[in-house]
Amino acid sequence: MNEHVPFELVRKKRFNFKENFFLSLIRTLGFTGAVILFVILVFVAYNGVHVLSWDFITQPPVDAMTKGGIFPVIVGTVFLTLLCMIVVIPIGVTTAIFLAEYAKPGMLLNMVRMSIYTLAGVPSVVFGLFGLAVFVVVLNFGMSLLAGSLTLAVMILPYIISTSEEAIKAVPYSFKEASLACGATKWQTIRRVILPTAMPGILTGSILGTAKVSGETAPIMFTAAAFFTPGIPRSLFEPVMALPYHIYVLATAGTFIEETRPIQYGTALTLIVLVLGMNLLGIILRARQRGRKAW
Amino acid sequence: MSLIGLFSVIILILIGFFLFKEAFQIFYKAGALKVIFGKAWYPTSDPPSFGMFPLIMGTLSVTVLTAVIAIPLGLATAIYIAEVANYRVKEFLKPLIEMLASFPSVVLGFFGMVIIAPILSNWLSPVLSEKLPALLRDTNLPFLSTTLADFCYNKLFISSGLNIFTASLMLTVRAIPVIASIAEDALTAVPRTYREASYSLGAGKWETIWKVVIPAAVSGLSVAVILGIGTIIGETMIVLMVAGGAAVVPHWIFDPARPMPAAIAAEMAEAPYKSLHYHALFGVGAILFIFTFALSLISDFISKKYRAVRIGEKV
Repeated sequence: MNEHVPFELVRKKRFNFKENFFLSLIRTLGFTGAVILFVILVFVAYNGVHVLSWDFITQPPVDAMTKGGIFPVIVGTVFLTLLCMIVVIPIGVTTAIFLAEYAKPGMLLNMVRMSIYTLAGVPSVVFGLFGLAVFVVVLNFGMSLLAGSLTLAVMILPYIISTSEEAIKAVPYSFKEASLACGATKWQTIRRVILPTAMPGILTGSILGTAKVSGETAPIMFTAAAFFTPGIPRSLFEPVMALPYHIYVLATAGTFIEETRPIQYGTALTLIVLVLGMNLLGIILRARQRGRKAW
Repeated sequence: MSLIGLFSVIILILIGFFLFKEAFQIFYKAGALKVIFGKAWYPTSDPPSFGMFPLIMGTLSVTVLTAVIAIPLGLATAIYIAEVANYRVKEFLKPLIEMLASFPSVVLGFFGMVIIAPILSNWLSPVLSEKLPALLRDTNLPFLSTTLADFCYNKLFISSGLNIFTASLMLTVRAIPVIASIAEDALTAVPRTYREASYSLGAGKWETIWKVVIPAAVSGLSVAVILGIGTIIGETMIVLMVAGGAAVVPHWIFDPARPMPAAIAAEMAEAPYKSLHYHALFGVGAILFIFTFALSLISDFISKKYRAVRIGEKV
């Protein structure tokens, strides 16, 4: 923000203890988060990297999960995440279009904004309870891929809405005016001009949302996740294994907690690579878009 | 079009409706006050007892301890990124904080379980509760050799590494990026002219941050803190894996606890459908929902007020 004011020009001439002390303190504490991230990454990678192999990610678990790979677990997480995104992106983007282009200031808009804001703060385990009560019980999906994906979709909806809305609002007003001046209707303008321009931003938000969803455990604990399924799910109504839940179960509830430690590390590393990899992809895409914008 | 807009409103209403519908049974049958302030959470004994006070106190103690550690760290990170760091460090640190924000909490819980907990109970506890008191007693100084030595001996003994303190350490990792990213937005929104005015009066960098930038951004910073606290209250996997799980009112930071999200996550699988236990867990969920709902309302109120001030002041 203030790199425009060179520090040297404004610094007092004599040595100021208070200035130096607090600035050094901030400089040190400011790196805490990064250092912790680094430490945990190195620790999990160090313990998990020798477990990872082609067999580990392509073979199902054997011998009561003490040996073998985590193939169905990875597939479960991928299915859950993909299905969740297929459901949530259309709803989220439509809501964002409504908020950015159609909504008029007033009671309704305030209510919608308030609900999105509140929804974003609801704890993930409460979404799990909601999914249990509605998708598993009332709609009778049972503990299943479908129930879990829908629960995750409800959870990530506020995030998708706000990132999409930001992307839509970043489209310059002149684009819209030009399209309207050519005689296009409002809907044509949205479909042909605004959405294509905002699409990279929406995609980036969706990728970051996918990263968040794939690491979540609490919402799928009572809606989708199974301790063990023999293979990949064949229908939407079957329970699935998932990476985060697999780590939790192996580390706390199994009878072979010590024996399965290597598998726990391997699963944790796989999950981290998946989540942070997608995160990195999103961040890089966003940085490139920012650089490329010519308007 | 406005129907789609209402979708999120409907979802929120549905969440509230189903939570309270399922929770109603327990509050009605056992008495709301008795449930909320009851000191005994024995859901599976016969007859069962559903006093949620230990769970609420578990959440409260974990939240307070985490807030004490995480708020200074989160705000310092935000100040560093927004005010102190140069452009390159900033471009490097911001994505890292963002990555930390979406770091799977189950891995944090796992890390706390296999690394932090053993370190505390096997290494830190003997040093603090045996070596340190012995050392202090040898000094024969009035306060040190008696009161402080006894305190270390009695209070710094960590019988299990899975306790409130460990949970708070891991929850801090969860809360730092939330607090830091919102606080950084608030600090960046302070107009540059404020800082320039301060510098031109001869103020130093820290003086400017402390006396100009922070006061100007204080409402945004409080929103960051409130939302950070909301994250801590609702975080499930970390407290489930490292808080120890004992449903008793904790008295000290090295006591185990069972915060509300942990109780829900741990017990829901074994609670028979439509049993009192099932309803009681929905009751816990409803209390959790009310807590976070209230925090959202407060922070929304503050940020609305703040926005009005900002627009008026924008130079």
